[in-house]
Amino acid sequence: MNLEFTEEMVMLQDSLNKFLQNEYDFETRQKSSRNGIGYSEENWQNFAEMGLLGVPFEDEFGGFGFGQTGLIVVMEAIGKGLVLEPYLSSVVLGGQLIQRAGTQAQKEDILPKLIGGELKLAFAYVERQARYNLSDVQFKAESKGEQFVLNGNKSVVFNAETADKIIVSARTSGESISNEGISLFVVDKDTAGLSLRNYETVDGLRASEVRFDNVTVSADALVGTLNEALPVIEYIIDSASAATCSEGVGVVNQLREKTVEYLKTRKQFETTIGNFQVLQHRVVDMFMTEEQMRSLSYLAAIKVAADDNVDERTKSVSAAKVYLGDARAICGEQAAQLHGGIGVTDELDVAHYVKRLAMINTLFGDRDFHLQRFSQV
Amino acid sequence: MDLNYSPEDQKFQLEVREFLANEYPADLQKKVANGTKLVKEDYVRWQKILAKKGWVAPGWPEEFGGPGWTPVQKYIFDEECGLVNSLRTVAFGLVMLAPVLMKFGTEEQREKYLGDIYNSDVWWCQGYSEPNAGSDLASLQTKAIKDESGENYIVNGTKIWTTQGHYADMMFALVRTSQEDKKQKGISFLLIDMNTPGITVDPIVTVDGMHVVNQVFLEDVKVPVENLVGTEGLGWTIAKSLLMHERTYIAQVPRSKKQIERLKKIATKEQYNGKPLIEDPAFKAKISAVEIELMALEMTNLRVLSKLASGDAPGAESSLLKVKGTEVQQSITALLMEAVGYFGFPYSKEVMLNDWQDEAIGPEEAAVLAPHYFDWRKSSIYGGSNEIQKNIMAKAVLGL
Repeated sequence: MNLEFTEEMVMLQDSLNKFLQNEYDFETRQKSSRNGIGYSEENWQNFAEMGLLGVPFEDEFGGFGFGQTGLIVVMEAIGKGLVLEPYLSSVVLGGQLIQRAGTQAQKEDILPKLIGGELKLAFAYVERQARYNLSDVQFKAESKGEQFVLNGNKSVVFNAETADKIIVSARTSGESISNEGISLFVVDKDTAGLSLRNYETVDGLRASEVRFDNVTVSADALVGTLNEALPVIEYIIDSASAATCSEGVGVVNQLREKTVEYLKTRKQFETTIGNFQVLQHRVVDMFMTEEQMRSLSYLAAIKVAADDNVDERTKSVSAAKVYLGDARAICGEQAAQLHGGIGVTDELDVAHYVKRLAMINTLFGDRDFHLQRFSQV
Repeated sequence: MDLNYSPEDQKFQLEVREFLANEYPADLQKKVANGTKLVKEDYVRWQKILAKKGWVAPGWPEEFGGPGWTPVQKYIFDEECGLVNSLRTVAFGLVMLAPVLMKFGTEEQREKYLGDIYNSDVWWCQGYSEPNAGSDLASLQTKAIKDESGENYIVNGTKIWTTQGHYADMMFALVRTSQEDKKQKGISFLLIDMNTPGITVDPIVTVDGMHVVNQVFLEDVKVPVENLVGTEGLGWTIAKSLLMHERTYIAQVPRSKKQIERLKKIATKEQYNGKPLIEDPAFKAKISAVEIELMALEMTNLRVLSKLASGDAPGAESSLLKVKGTEVQQSITALLMEAVGYFGFPYSKEVMLNDWQDEAIGPEEAAVLAPHYFDWRKSSIYGGSNEIQKNIMAKAVLGL
C-alpha cells in the first residue's frame, strides 16, 4: 500500500501551486471572471505549457499518463485557487470521453490539440426534465443514410461558448428514460443549426443553453458504440465527480485557513475571537471535515482509476460526493458565519469559496442524489 | 387552552384580508413572490397606502396614531400580510426609532419627526455597527464632541452594514460622547441629517451581487445638539429598549410558511425520474423536517404572544425566536436552491433586479434562488448574531 503521490506528480503540484500563488490572486481572478469569456486564455496557454492539460491522457497522444490520481493533484490546486479555466469541461469531461470511447482517428485528431491548448471541448448532458438522471435523455439523434440529424436542447453546458467542439448525449433509440439507446456525438460548434445562449453562473463561471436544430453530422461524429453510451457517460461523470471532490478539498482547505486566520486577528470583547471555545470547535469541525473529504476523494480516485468494479466505484464516488455536500454547511456556511458581515460581501474571497462549494454540490448530482445512489448499490 | 381566534379577532381577520385583497398592488405582490429586488419607491408606495388606512404603524400607541390593536390582532395582521406576500414595511423609522422618540424624545423631536415617519416622507437608516464593533457593539468608536459654541456636536467615524443607507434622509446613530471606564456609559443616541457636509455613503455589494448595505463615513459632521435623544450617555439604554420592540415578529413565521408553499410549488413542477420532484421520498422528507421546525416555532411564537396578551413582558424568548426563525428561513432557502438542481447555476443581475424580460433559463423561479441562499446567510449574523443570542439565553435563561 502506498498513499503518496509519485515524484513527478509532486513536481507538477509544486509548479502549479507556484503559478497560482504568483499569477492568480483573487483580484485577477475576479477580473478574468468578468472579461466576457469567464477565464484567461493566457492562463490556459500557460496550463498547456506546464503539461497540465495532458495529466490524465496516455503518452501516445502527448499526455502524462497520470490518470485519475493525477487529477487529484490538479483539482485540489484548482479548488485552492478558485480557478476559472475550463479544466473540468475540456480535460476531465471532454478529453476523457474521447480517450475512453473515441475511435483511434478521433483520439489522434482531438487529444494532441487539446493537450497543446489549441482545441477545447465541452460536454452537453444536462436536460431540463432530467435533474441528475443520466439515463433521462430526450435529445434526439436520428440516423439518415450515412448521417445523423440532431435535435433538442441541452442546459447548463459549462464553457460551451469557448469550446471548439461539443460532445452531446443523445437518444438514438428506446424510451426517454432508459439505459439502452443513448449515444454520444462530437460536433463542431460552428455546425449549422447549433445555437448557444450564454450566461454567467453564480460561482463566476460561464455556461450556455445549447440548441440543436436539425444539426446534421456525418457518421464519424459518433463517439463509441451506437446505443451503448450510458456506461461510458457514467464512468466519465464518476471521474469528474471524483475530480470535483478533490476541487472541493482545495476549496474547504482555503475556507478553513482563511477562517482560522480571521479568528486569530479579529478582536471583539477585548480579545481575539479565536479565544472563544464555541468558535474554536466550529473550525475544528471544518478541519475534520476537510481531512475526511480528502480521504474519500483519494478513495474515489483510486476506485475510478482501477476501473474494474462498477459497484465499488459507484459507492466510493457517491460517498465522496455526500461528504462534499455536507461540507456546504459545515465548512461553507460556517466560514461565512464566523467572518460575520464581511463574509457575505462580494469583495471578500471567502464568499466566493462559499459559493463554489455550494454549487459543486449540485454538479453531477447533489448530496441527496448520491446518498440514494450509494444506498442502492 | 384554545388555539382559535375570538369572534372579534375573526372579524378583524376578515377585515384585514379584504383590505389586502383590494389595496395591495398586484405588481408589488408579484415582485415579492418572485424575489425580485425591491426599491425605495416600492416601499414608500405601499407604506403610504397603509398610512392612509391607519395601519402603517401597528406598534404605535393610539395617541400617536397607532390602530390600538391587541397583540393578537397585530399577529393576525402580520400573518395575513405574509399570506399575500406583502412587502414588509421598513422598520428603521416606523418600528425602531418612533417608539424611542415617544419614550425618550422631547416634544419638539416628536413634533418634528413622527409625522414624516408615519407618512414615509423621510427615510431613516440605522447607524450602529462599525468595522470594529459588530457583535461587541458597545466598543463603537464614532465620536461626537461638542464644538466651542456648544451648539453642535462634531461627529467623526464610520458606520457599516447600513441597510438602505443610500436611500436615507436621516440616520439614528450610536456615538461616543465621552470616554468612561465602562464602555456602555459613554454612548449617546444622535439623529443625523444625511445631507450634512462630511457624510459619504459607499455601497457594499453583497454575495448576491446586490447593493443593499453601505458603509457610511462621517468626517467633521456638524450635528445640532437638539438632535441628541435623551441625555448624553443614555444611548446604550435606548438601544436596548429599542431592541425590545416588536420581538414576536422576529421569527417571521408567516413569511416562512409562504416560502414553504413556494418550495412545494416548484418541487411539484420540477421533474425527476419522470415524476414530480415532490414525490421523491428524500426530498419530501427534507421539506417535512423544515415544516416540523416551523410548526414548533409557530407554536412557541404563539405562546410568547399569549403571555404578552396577558400582560407579561417579553424576556429572552425573543432570542430563541431569532435563532430558530433564521434557521428555518435559511433551511428553506437551501431547499429552494436544491429544488431547481442545475438551474441554480445561471446568474443574471438583470433578472435579480427586473425579473425575466425574455424567456427564462430553466424554471422561471430559479434565477434568484441560489443568490438568495447565499444572501440569507446574513440573517444569522445581523440583529445580534445567533452566537450572541445563544450567549443571552445561556446567561438570562439558564443563569450560566
